[in-house]
Amino acid sequence: MNYLTQIGSYFIMLREIFKKPTKWRIMKTLVLKEIDELVYGSLGIIIFISFFIGAVVTIQTALNLNNPIIPKNLIGFATRQSVILEFAPTFVSIIMAGKVGSYITSSIGTMRVTEQIDALEVMGVNSLNYLVFPKIIAMLFYPFAIAISMYVGIFGGWLAGVSGGFLTSTDFVTGLTLDFIPFHIAYAFIKTLLFAFVIATVPSFHGYYMKGGALEVGKASTTSFVWTSVVIIILNYILTQLLLG
Amino acid sequence: MIEVRDIHKSFGDAHVLKGLSTIFENGKTNLIIGQSGSGKTVFLKCLLGLFTPEEGDICYDNKSYSKLSTDEKRDLRQEMGMVFQGSALFDSMTVAGNVQFPLEMFTKQSKSEMTDRVDTVLKRVNLIDAHHKFPSEISGGMQKRVAIARAIVMNPKYLFCDEPNSGLDPKTAILIDDLIKEITEEYDITTVINTHDMNSVMQIGEKILFLKDGLKEWEGSKHEIFKTDNEAVTDFVYSSELFKKVRQMYIEERN
Repeated sequence: MNYLTQIGSYFIMLREIFKKPTKWRIMKTLVLKEIDELVYGSLGIIIFISFFIGAVVTIQTALNLNNPIIPKNLIGFATRQSVILEFAPTFVSIIMAGKVGSYITSSIGTMRVTEQIDALEVMGVNSLNYLVFPKIIAMLFYPFAIAISMYVGIFGGWLAGVSGGFLTSTDFVTGLTLDFIPFHIAYAFIKTLLFAFVIATVPSFHGYYMKGGALEVGKASTTSFVWTSVVIIILNYILTQLLLG
Repeated sequence: MIEVRDIHKSFGDAHVLKGLSTIFENGKTNLIIGQSGSGKTVFLKCLLGLFTPEEGDICYDNKSYSKLSTDEKRDLRQEMGMVFQGSALFDSMTVAGNVQFPLEMFTKQSKSEMTDRVDTVLKRVNLIDAHHKFPSEISGGMQKRVAIARAIVMNPKYLFCDEPNSGLDPKTAILIDDLIKEITEEYDITTVINTHDMNSVMQIGEKILFLKDGLKEWEGSKHEIFKTDNEAVTDFVYSSELFKKVRQMYIEERN
């Protein structure tokens, strides 16, 4: 019953976010600040993780495809499919649920604890619009980060595969172009956009409606990470079934 | 003027406000006192519109809050200034940014007009040198003064203060009290202060409302509080030896 109430409150919050918008002059500054903090500030970790994930996927595939009948270019094919379809959009989004999500929950939660949200409300500001809407807009740029993740992941795979002597560069590139379906890219970005919305709003919900003090801010961050991950995984299943099934 | 008519507020089974009525006049410093758990903060949040009473009504200059639309309520809030217990300054903004914030949000003033207004109110609270500092770089007393400056920058009709002296040394607390009183008179604001500080009661209490268990137990001025026979009020206000002696001296002086 409590979960249903929470889900209901989440959708009510979504409606409130779009009411009584903040002046564009102010919103513009907030959006740029959020792009810097949420997207640009996450590029380092995204690139780092993507590179090594791509490399490991290639090595694992190469080690498991040791039958001489199977062409080596399948390693490149498997790396491309794994990185584009799952690792970049889903795995990186779960990492972002931890990094960006906990930042969002703790920053909004701290504002709640220190009465800064009450101060906004007393002034007549729609605090949900002021705090959450810029994050949603900023996260629209998240697919660019995922595009970088895809490139870096595949590059990591190529480097690990070639430098490890598992396959030649030509085999890898041939595998990359093998049976390429452009819709898979669209599928990955559709997922990414929805995950971006989830990463912006679910942690905001947990921060905005938290009660208590500093300890509860920590607890809310943990809860928000768990729920954001759960929602991402469930959405991933539903979208895959709908778009590729 | 704020007129409170028989308001009730509950949280689950806890009936916090049990039919509270009073009038807060403009140009006066109205103080709400009472023990912890007596309903002071809930009452203040009802006055601010952060909590909605289940019964009763609050009228702001004869405008009934319960009859206002959501947008009208937000507009009314722009006529309110609030000084929170912990100041509630925005950490990411400088002192000037905090004070300028309501102007940016709700006025069409040019940058120079806003800067002038910010300078005026910061000068009024004696903080003209703290413009570019962040809240974490200034003392608690200065933070309170910034909060007051932010609360009055829009020329509010109503000023609410929640424990404005908490965490301050007695000297700074007196400065803050005097500042609030001066601003109240200067701008003819209806000021409502939630406090535990008996020095404030004696210093600026033009009207004092004593709450007990969610009800109005007593109301009067700082002069009347010396004469009252209400046991709950005397037990609360004169709980310290110092104030007992002060009261004794006052009574002896009168006799």
